[in-house]
Amino acid sequence: MIGNLLERHPRFANWLYGFTPPEPGTVVLVHRRVYIVPARLGWIFAGVLVVLLIGSINYSLSLGFALTFLLAGLGLTGMVHTARNLARIAISAGRAEPVFAGESAQFRLYLDGRGAFDRPSILARHLRSGSQLVVDIPANGVAEAVLAAPATQRGWLPLGRVMLETRFPLGLFRAWSYIEPEARCLVYPRPERSALPPFTGEAAAGVIHAQTSGSDDFAGLRGYQSSDSPRHIAWKAVARSDKLLTKQFAGDAAAELWLDMQLLPAALGLEQRLSRLAGWVLAADRAGAHYGLRLSGVEIAPGRGDAHRSACLQALALYQAA
Amino acid sequence: MKAPHPLAPELRAVNARDLAWLIASLAVVIAPHALRAPWWLTLLTLCLYGWRMYFALNRAPLPSRWLVLGVAAVAMFGVWVEFRTLFGRQSGILLLMLFSGLKLLETRSHRDAAVAGFLGYFLIVTNFLYTQTMPMAVLACGALYLITATLIGFSAPQRSPRANLRTAGLLLAHAAPAALALFLLFPRVQGPLWGLPQDAYSGMTGLSDTMTPGNLASLAQSDAMAFRAEFQGASPPSALRYWRGPVLWDFDGRTWSVGPNYLADFVAPRGGRESYRYEVVIEPHNRYWLFALETAATLPEGARVSYDGQLVSTSPVRERRRYELSSVIAPDGEMRDSEATLRRALRLPQGSNPRASALATQWRSESANDEQVVLRAIDFLRQGRYQYTLEPALLGAHPVDEFLFTTREGFCEHFSSAFVFLMRSAGIPARVITGYQGGELNPVDNIITVRQSDAHAWAEVFLRPRGWVRVDPTAAAVPGRVESGLARAVPQTAALPLMMRPQLEWLRGVRDRWEAVAHKWNIWVLGYNPERQRELMSLAGLRDADWRTLTAVLFSFLGAMTLILLAWSLRRMARPDPVQKAWRTFCQKLAKRGVERAANEGPRDYAARAARAIPAARVSILRIGALYIGLRYGAQPMANGASRLRRLVRDLRVA
Repeated sequence: MIGNLLERHPRFANWLYGFTPPEPGTVVLVHRRVYIVPARLGWIFAGVLVVLLIGSINYSLSLGFALTFLLAGLGLTGMVHTARNLARIAISAGRAEPVFAGESAQFRLYLDGRGAFDRPSILARHLRSGSQLVVDIPANGVAEAVLAAPATQRGWLPLGRVMLETRFPLGLFRAWSYIEPEARCLVYPRPERSALPPFTGEAAAGVIHAQTSGSDDFAGLRGYQSSDSPRHIAWKAVARSDKLLTKQFAGDAAAELWLDMQLLPAALGLEQRLSRLAGWVLAADRAGAHYGLRLSGVEIAPGRGDAHRSACLQALALYQAA
Repeated sequence: MKAPHPLAPELRAVNARDLAWLIASLAVVIAPHALRAPWWLTLLTLCLYGWRMYFALNRAPLPSRWLVLGVAAVAMFGVWVEFRTLFGRQSGILLLMLFSGLKLLETRSHRDAAVAGFLGYFLIVTNFLYTQTMPMAVLACGALYLITATLIGFSAPQRSPRANLRTAGLLLAHAAPAALALFLLFPRVQGPLWGLPQDAYSGMTGLSDTMTPGNLASLAQSDAMAFRAEFQGASPPSALRYWRGPVLWDFDGRTWSVGPNYLADFVAPRGGRESYRYEVVIEPHNRYWLFALETAATLPEGARVSYDGQLVSTSPVRERRRYELSSVIAPDGEMRDSEATLRRALRLPQGSNPRASALATQWRSESANDEQVVLRAIDFLRQGRYQYTLEPALLGAHPVDEFLFTTREGFCEHFSSAFVFLMRSAGIPARVITGYQGGELNPVDNIITVRQSDAHAWAEVFLRPRGWVRVDPTAAAVPGRVESGLARAVPQTAALPLMMRPQLEWLRGVRDRWEAVAHKWNIWVLGYNPERQRELMSLAGLRDADWRTLTAVLFSFLGAMTLILLAWSLRRMARPDPVQKAWRTFCQKLAKRGVERAANEGPRDYAARAARAIPAARVSILRIGALYIGLRYGAQPMANGASRLRRLVRDLRVA
């Protein structure tokens, strides 16, 4: 019910949580943003204290009083220390490597303890996906939390809300805080495997025939050059000799391949066409082809290599129909 | 989508390390109980601990619930056989100790383990039902510390035990002020709130309301404390220190008993020699009577006086209690007493102790007045070469006769019993007074400590017109007893309490010091009760503080405490990062030379630009830039990087 209410009134939620999402740069958990309530164990502890107090009164045990009150003080300081375990942590988001739709995005959060004491047992939970892990921040150090969130659609995937929670040191209290750092992950369209379009350009004519994806026409090995994609390195061969060798495929000739959205029937729909194009980009890259990408309004000149492949996939991921 | 919560203690399995800590701290907690428990129960509990550890080390599944319940049932039956009850104080606590082992056997998650830790806290407090001395307090603090460190370990599985111990110490240090405030200010209620188990006050030693030959002597072998008295000004000499306790009226030929007793209005005695004001801190003995130096001149709070001049409390003395009063030495006696009372003071069983009876009758006929009879009796005891011993021969059907004429050895109860018997036989009203005589003056704090070994019995005779007069037949027969205490009065070989043996002078010195501290502990820590709380509050300017005032003061203090702690926790963090600080100083230095960092300028670009702008300092600027980048963004931590950066920035000359 409260969740619903907060969802319907985001401004109220922002006021309640103490921030307006998303938060650029480094997020510092000020005290106002750390909430704390007794955990179930805390209630049991309180029950024990009540029993001890009644027993001390009944038997007039001075030391019983002393110990009961020391435990009560322990509960109180436990509360402060639990809040302290979260307070003033500085959280910054790292770069999330692009993924394909259907995979899961790996968001990196860096939790900087900014203090001379360690902060053990901090749970970071990605609320949307439920992925979670427990990290320990060393004294004067930074802990890394990698949260996996499923990427379902192409485009930018924002991190969304993350909960940080701790029960350290005594487990009597549960302190938590919500953050929403400005972090996003690029999601490429889900690649669809299909035959590459025919080559264009005079030099290439006839060199490559339509390829079914997955069958790379292995043509031989040559010496490694620094521009070669690491995925073409023949690791097995490297293991035998100590020279880096690159696999060569048929079609490595300077043929020019244009991956054009126009080649696909409009009846397929935008998303499926983008998926097929993404599949083509991967296939062309794997084949080592010299390829370019042409969408309506976007054109990427032919090229090859990882950077080129990323640029093409990014164009596909962020493509907006005119 | 709800994933299981990794911090929820009920979902986190305990590992062998957690269990080892838990078991070790529980072992410390139950150590004092284990010494009191029947050996088989201690052994069983330790076996349960060991058994659980075995399961943890071998990663074996825990025993079935039925097996655990079976062990519990057998052990409970054993406790019942031993104590004939499961709900007495002793048996209840021992069952708790056993349950700590049983609880471990079904401990799978951190939640169970934490509950076992809480049980440990509980067991620490149960120790205080037996003893609340300083060493026990120290032991309890140690156990508390260990359990706390164990609990911390549960919520931080990766942490080193040393770090957990340090955190436990920090938590306890932070908890101490709050605990002190609660201790002083929490509105105290005088217990008990409900009936206590029957054996709640068993095992307290002290005088009883009967006197049979032999029972005082066995009490006198105890070194236990009866009470302490602190005098304002000089203390009375040992020979005057008769601490009056129960008055025994009724004699059945063998045993003296208090018999029916009545309260009377308190009448302050007139005349007398010195008067003393003093404070008594009495140990609990589960009886009504209080002790006063003869003769009490004021009535302490919560006390009444019986018609035979004994102070009685309105409730049994079940915890250490403090009272103030004054006494005068040898006042003018109560000149009249009711006829019924005097008749009671003459009553003797028919036909008992015929020889003593005959002797008394003979004295009666040969004397002109009562005083002469008394003097003859004292003479008789003095010249009778009676032995004073803690281990007298056993007496038969006519104990007075046998003591006076056959065995001729006894303890104060024999002397007083025989004397009063002789007086009554001679027609002089007489009664036996029990109490304590003497006590030891501690030179460290000038407090007189009276022990069970100072237990004594003397007599009072009613002499017209003086009234009741104290006669100490033991003092007459064995003068040393009253002058210099029990130790010098009985032969060296007798079974004296260890501390009373004269050759252990140095040990007594140590003990005196220790007891001076213990006395303060008793008064200020253990004796802190609603009354003391009121006193303390009026010292602080809060007269007649009721629970509302106390609660208000308490909560404001606790609130302030929490705020201070919060401020502390923030202060520790507000300290800026030394690397960042050095970098900021660096930027400020360069900005003064006109090379200001643009908001969008990274450290590398900025350092490069500054190096170009200030060629004189080019090398150090570039070095600072590189070091900062390394410290801030580098993968490997650098040793002393921060201090190196600070030094470089400090030594940078750009002017």
